[in-house]
Amino acid sequence: MLSIKNLHASIDGKKILNGINLEVKPGEVHAIMGPNGSGKSTLASVLAGREIFKVTEGEILFNGKNIFDLNPEERAKEGLFLSFQYPIEIPGVSMVNFMRTAVNEHHKYHNIEPLSAQDFLKLMRDKKKLVEIDSRLTNRSVNEGFSGGEKKKNEIFQMAMLEPKLAILDETDSGLDIDALRVVANGVNKLKTSDNSTIVITHYQRLLDYIVPDVVHILYDGKIVKTGGKELALVLEDKGYDWIKNGKY
Amino acid sequence: MGNERNKITDKLVALYQDNLKDLSKDSSNFINTKREIAIEYFSKTGIPTTKNENYKYTDLAPVFANGYTKFFKPQKFSIELNKAFQCQVPNLDTYTVLFSNGWFYEQNLTQNNLPEGVILQSFQKASKEHPELVEKYYSKLAKSDDDGVVALNTAFAQDGFFLYVPKNTIIDKPIQVINLLRSEKDLMVTQRNLVVLDENSSAKLIICDHALSPCRFLTNAVTEVSVGENAIFDYYNIENQHNLTTQLSSVYIRQKKNSNVLTNTLSLHGKLIRNNISVLLDDEGCESNLFGLFLADKDQHIDNYTFIDHAKPNCKSNELYKGILDDEATGGFNGKIVVRQDAQKTQALQSNKNILLTDNAEMNTKPQLEIYADDVKCSHGATIGQIDEEALFYLRARGINEKEARMMLMFAFAHEILKKIRVDSLDVQLIDLVESRLRGEFSKCDFCNYNVIK
Repeated sequence: MLSIKNLHASIDGKKILNGINLEVKPGEVHAIMGPNGSGKSTLASVLAGREIFKVTEGEILFNGKNIFDLNPEERAKEGLFLSFQYPIEIPGVSMVNFMRTAVNEHHKYHNIEPLSAQDFLKLMRDKKKLVEIDSRLTNRSVNEGFSGGEKKKNEIFQMAMLEPKLAILDETDSGLDIDALRVVANGVNKLKTSDNSTIVITHYQRLLDYIVPDVVHILYDGKIVKTGGKELALVLEDKGYDWIKNGKY
Repeated sequence: MGNERNKITDKLVALYQDNLKDLSKDSSNFINTKREIAIEYFSKTGIPTTKNENYKYTDLAPVFANGYTKFFKPQKFSIELNKAFQCQVPNLDTYTVLFSNGWFYEQNLTQNNLPEGVILQSFQKASKEHPELVEKYYSKLAKSDDDGVVALNTAFAQDGFFLYVPKNTIIDKPIQVINLLRSEKDLMVTQRNLVVLDENSSAKLIICDHALSPCRFLTNAVTEVSVGENAIFDYYNIENQHNLTTQLSSVYIRQKKNSNVLTNTLSLHGKLIRNNISVLLDDEGCESNLFGLFLADKDQHIDNYTFIDHAKPNCKSNELYKGILDDEATGGFNGKIVVRQDAQKTQALQSNKNILLTDNAEMNTKPQLEIYADDVKCSHGATIGQIDEEALFYLRARGINEKEARMMLMFAFAHEILKKIRVDSLDVQLIDLVESRLRGEFSKCDFCNYNVIK
């Protein structure tokens, strides 16, 4: 699914990622944990195609394709989805229009007939139920006036609509209370199949109680310094990140 | 340029003198007296220069330097205009009046169905048939000594529309004024309009332009509006001509107690567009909403000048103008608000937001607040920026291609103005027109695509 080899990236000349190696296979859930500033969000941004980050070395293959040959919209249509840490408010662009345009662009890319208005609305309805998002929200402009929790739910709703092969959840748990966290995690779990993969980027172990990872990586100083099973997250919860920062791993 | 400017002034004054007989023939003495005063001013001041603070961003000399034909009487048609031309905006139900090159088309049919007491007719005719009304309101707000463009209009004023809405009368449908421009030679068009709403009345006006020939048209339109106590007035000006036209539009509004006014100036297409809107809040409890959207590309220029005079206490004004400028287009916004010493508890909000799509596009914006009262709430703000890169990435990250994503964001920006339209179906049509304009497609209503009047 995803193969990252020796990835180096920088912003404004400052090195953030210092040689990341990561293999994600279909059906796997990977968690990437690490202290603030370790490069977690940068990795997510580089995968999604943010141009402000400069890749200086390494390669990323996504479904066998060199990801650097694809612009952000092509990556999305190839099946890569980033759930934003800070979803953007876009006044004036309605959720319906946004999703209809996105879904139709995906269809066009894969040579599938565009959805009829009726089928599209049915799809919206079904997915809304799946992620327990209120129609009140989907009838508004994109994220406009949404609370923190609503914005994160909306990310998962978009994920449900687009059915990606690889979903990267960037700090999806930040700012969520326990109820919202459960709803979001439930949504992600319901969307899980044996063919798609998930990368959960998080600072805390909490979310991993709900979305159980197959593999946990610890990212520090732009490198993956430790990889283990789901129990590694519990060790982190117990010992904190100082253990990593002091180099005693 | 000084010399050039004098030449333009001399030429226009000569045009006046040479045609004074035709100009005055069908107008009332009152109109003709104002005409003489106006040309007197104009011969001294000429067209405004960029040294004039109010015209800082628009140089009118180049467009006036072009020679124009001027008709001093309506032209005859072999066909009936209102049969050949019908606005076909879906579901838009209006009282329609047609104009040809600034002249009220005499065979306009719909006026007969208007509510009782409403007068909608040729301005020229009204000046003779309803002198008491015309003389009470004409040339009271639009003063020749304030503005050379108004002076020129008053000097050459012959026709336009006159709308009178009596007390307690609500016009059930909007009145749509369609200005058809057609000519074989470059043409200067003068239009003078007068609108009077008595107390507790209500009217909505939609102005549409259709330049049907590929000539240089210069339209100088002045509209004076008197809005009585508790009256409600909407004014939608849809400026959608072509790359050779100049549109000078001046609207002067006086509001009486508890009246409510909304203007929405939608400048979609034209070589040079200058809109003046001047509102006098002349009694307590008035509300005034001034909205505007302007889209310019190539070497087009669009300038909006607004002046809101808070003369009395407890009035509200709310102003929002938004512009998108592409290529080498230039734009100006000058929003002046005066809050007089008497006008306590005034609330005046003003905002001008602009997007520049290229490094070569240029926007000048100037809010001007003069406040002489001490208990007021006023704010103003102006922004000039680019498309929001964060929002653009968000849309692209969902698979929407960059071009379409940019389009969505521009449209969202424009939509804030379009949703202020208080006429059903007109909003839908303008959403379509603005979208095709932003996509760089031909953006005319379907029926107006056809060059129907040969």
